[in-house]
Amino acid sequence: MSHKSSSVMVVGAGIAGIQAALDLAEMGLQVHLIEESASIGGRMPQLDKTFPTNDCSMCILAPKMSECARHPNIKIYIKSNISALEGEPGDFTVKVLQAAKYVDPVKCVACGICESKCPVKVDDEFDMGLRKRGAISRYFLQSIPSEYTIDPEKCLKLTKGVCGICEKVCPAQAINYQDTDQEISLKVGAVILATGIDAFDPIGFGHFGYKSYKNVVTSLEFERMLSASGPLGGHVVRAYDHKEPQSIAFIQCVGSRDESIDHNYCSSACCMFAIKEAMIAREHIKGLKASIFYMDIRAYGKDFDKYYEKAKFQYEVEFIKSKVAEISETDDGSLTLKYVLENGDIHYSDYDLVVLSIGLQPRANIVKLAQKLDIKLNEYGFCRSNAFTPLQTTREGIYVCGALNGPKDIPESVTTASGAVADAVKYLKLERQEITEDKDAEPEKDVKGERPRVGAFVCHCGINIAGVVDVKAVAESARNLPNVEHAEDLMYACSQDCMNTIKERIKEHNLNRIIVAACTPRTHEPLFRQTIAEAGLNPYLFEMANIRDQCSWAHMNEPELATQKAKDLVRMGIAKARKLTPLQRLPIDINPQALIIGGGLAGMTAAQSLAEAGFMTYLLEKEAELGGNMRNIFFNFGNDPQKLLAEKIEYVTNHELIEVHTNVDIENIDGFVGNYKTVIIDKDTKQKQEIEHGIVIVATGADEHVTTEYLYGESSRIVTQVEFEKMLHDQDFPKPKLKNVVMIQCVGSREEGKMYCSRVCCTKAVKNALNLKKKFPNVNIYIAYRDIRTYGFREKYYTELRDQGAMFVHYTPENKPQVTLADEWDPGSKVSVTVFDPIMDKEVVVDADLLVLATAIDARKENIDLAKMLKISLNTDGMFLEAHVKLRPVDFATEGVFVAGLAHNPKDMDESITQAKAAASRAMTYLNKKSVLAEGTITEVNESRCSGCGFCEEICAYNAIKIDPEKEIAVVNEALCKGCGACVASCRCAALNLRGFSNEQLFSVFESLDLNDIIGGD
Amino acid sequence: MEEWQPKILAILCNWCSYAGADLAGVSRMQYPPNVRVLRVPCSGRVDPLFIVKSLQSGFDALLVSG
Repeated sequence: MSHKSSSVMVVGAGIAGIQAALDLAEMGLQVHLIEESASIGGRMPQLDKTFPTNDCSMCILAPKMSECARHPNIKIYIKSNISALEGEPGDFTVKVLQAAKYVDPVKCVACGICESKCPVKVDDEFDMGLRKRGAISRYFLQSIPSEYTIDPEKCLKLTKGVCGICEKVCPAQAINYQDTDQEISLKVGAVILATGIDAFDPIGFGHFGYKSYKNVVTSLEFERMLSASGPLGGHVVRAYDHKEPQSIAFIQCVGSRDESIDHNYCSSACCMFAIKEAMIAREHIKGLKASIFYMDIRAYGKDFDKYYEKAKFQYEVEFIKSKVAEISETDDGSLTLKYVLENGDIHYSDYDLVVLSIGLQPRANIVKLAQKLDIKLNEYGFCRSNAFTPLQTTREGIYVCGALNGPKDIPESVTTASGAVADAVKYLKLERQEITEDKDAEPEKDVKGERPRVGAFVCHCGINIAGVVDVKAVAESARNLPNVEHAEDLMYACSQDCMNTIKERIKEHNLNRIIVAACTPRTHEPLFRQTIAEAGLNPYLFEMANIRDQCSWAHMNEPELATQKAKDLVRMGIAKARKLTPLQRLPIDINPQALIIGGGLAGMTAAQSLAEAGFMTYLLEKEAELGGNMRNIFFNFGNDPQKLLAEKIEYVTNHELIEVHTNVDIENIDGFVGNYKTVIIDKDTKQKQEIEHGIVIVATGADEHVTTEYLYGESSRIVTQVEFEKMLHDQDFPKPKLKNVVMIQCVGSREEGKMYCSRVCCTKAVKNALNLKKKFPNVNIYIAYRDIRTYGFREKYYTELRDQGAMFVHYTPENKPQVTLADEWDPGSKVSVTVFDPIMDKEVVVDADLLVLATAIDARKENIDLAKMLKISLNTDGMFLEAHVKLRPVDFATEGVFVAGLAHNPKDMDESITQAKAAASRAMTYLNKKSVLAEGTITEVNESRCSGCGFCEEICAYNAIKIDPEKEIAVVNEALCKGCGACVASCRCAALNLRGFSNEQLFSVFESLDLNDIIGGD
Repeated sequence: MEEWQPKILAILCNWCSYAGADLAGVSRMQYPPNVRVLRVPCSGRVDPLFIVKSLQSGFDALLVSG
């Protein structure tokens, strides 16, 4: 490669852009993050909750936004757009137009006085027009950056030369009406595009009455209505009469799967979105009737079907397979739905509120962007990419992630983002990084010998906490506790301006211990620790009190008792905070070699990415041959999987940085991030070899389900889709010529005990059926299905097959198709399939020449052993469980271990490729560092007390504590210690202490509660 | 006279039960407010002394969950 640069550009700062920027920055690259709106964050801040865990969207995003904002390698440009791009990969020059903000970002303190005095009131885009904002405003409360900007089209001063109030009231003199647009020029090696999508605007759908009927809203508007920090404060009422609705209808596929508007694709996320909203709405409104009108429920992601089942049975959400023809308004503003059931019956039902599940579509400005960058769009107007190069645009050096090249949900967006990074590093200069001190941070203050000076900050979290708990009273009670120097309530403690406040107070009051009473430390502790570190305090001088998730949200109807509980939790936190001591994090060296377990498509792709970036990679395969499940895939809508497979095998076997070991088992994996040792053993020769490596990628694949249903195995005319694909490839069909072919979907999927969708089978059936039709145009194809899940652009093939006359028969698990053999003594017997057809409202019998079963994808049994060796988890289906289903989709909770491919969940080839690249990219964020820091909360040994009994060694699950044979006392391996404290509790000599959770610290918590006035009392 | 309410201390493992208590909140599951939570890195951290200490401090009941 002739050109490489150490700078890179990411365009669009939604969750995909943020993830791409963070991965690149962690590799030591300089990132220019370009965002069109006034804040980073994208769509996620608008969402109330995320499926399938119902996590609060903003709460999981906020730490990532802050990390992005404070990363020394990331520069954020808001209100900016690309105006031109020149040059070649490795050496691009990009012109960026930064729109005038009219507010000096350095001076603005985000006090909000300007907006409160602004006479202009316009619809707020963030709250979907359900609230008004001023002409000077910030995008949302936790915006990053936090400063205000002026909307030049709405501002009276800028449009008419009158007003000027904001300039007069601004206490910081931050207003600058003379500000102008600036064009800057940046040199970068690669560009990653993550500009996202628009929501479909249903205004043109007159028959649904959007905007003409007040109580018809879009799913995005409804999301804001549900949000506790939204315009309704989470209290769902109708716009018509401000009454709480007692019934809500959700209409699916509005603007999706609709050829009449050239949207012949599935928006992929809306089914889950609607299920989530229906469930949350049921939580908000007791006894609410929630109905979802759908064509197919496409719950094809990981754990989505379990969520769907929960909605049906636990939340009693009603699912009606139908097509809504029309909505009309009644006198009281309620709505009458006219809908057609499968059998053609027309029904009418009344609902208080209707939510249109709007689809996703390309951004309005995508055509312009494509022209400027000279990249091509696909037939639907999304950015074009190929299934086998899913992260590349049509121009070398420009990559794509997020929903820009097709509808995606959050974890898919995050995965594509990391994946695009792995592609982009090809044109970037990677140099292994030392641990760097943050240049802007204050040097750490020595607090030894100082008496504790505690600062307590109590967060409102909008109304999430303050709506129930008397936040001011909690702050007041904290103020009177011993050693508390300062107590204060904050609107959003995690917002940029409040964190600045905390830093100022630390200086002002010379604080040396900080407690924040807010949400959960599980998401926000790292953020606040970093904040106090920036103010010169050791990050471990920090404690959190959880007064939201475990208080205000759990006791919404008992404000007084909740306030009392919050006071106690703060008191406990302060008691511990007083005893906190500074802790140090030790550096752990990182071995820059990678180990990949599994030589299928995912494993080989990850190996290729790592080797391309210059990292030595060991690729293990248990079978004698590379390729895994991909060896059985012959078609992919125009792409040739076998050609790709051959190329991959050729690449990995010939690359000098990849060492392939086939036909091996893993005997043992020992170690921790940066320092793993794995012993492999040749299956035949039994020869052992030890490999040292810094990270592990688990790409062990999955198995095809072996079914006993539908008489599989009893006739050669009953085959699986995998066998059928081979048949199509070999052109080896049962004779005489096929006349009737029946396919049955969901064989072994979506059933009790295996409640998950195998994701690829619908598309595979459609693909194979189309191929069969090409060969035998007159063959009759019958597909018995439960929901057709041809998500995204796969929808096109489904419609194509329908147009070619294939019959789709909907069956339910209670009424499965029945299969009998024509002649049970004939091993090649024809079969007869009986299935109830709801369209004709009667049973149909098909004499099939071939029955094709779409068998499920099963988790490998060996996963259990590997999970134990690597100390990682499996989900209830036996698939590997990632660290966070939304935002850390390829990481494990165990540092330095990553997952890709079918081992994670069923997925298609493009998705395995993407995830493999993502795993490689995440791995590179470690491999490209010379060392990383260990946790500070680990066990320490008081040598004078230790008797060397060895009880701790026996108990430690991580082999982190051992008795030194010479000194006969316990020694802790600080890199291995996970800080669980089991050894401490077991130590009979009280020789062990868990830093950050010492006996002294915890006893002080018990003592703080030794009061009779707590917890209501008797 | 109001009904007597026990004072309960819950010592919860950060990785499972504490996360579960968070999830209960996220799901808006309502439960009585007479429980105080102490987060520990693992239920293995719980020393028998903690149990004695908490009862001494006036708690009527203790839940260790992990």
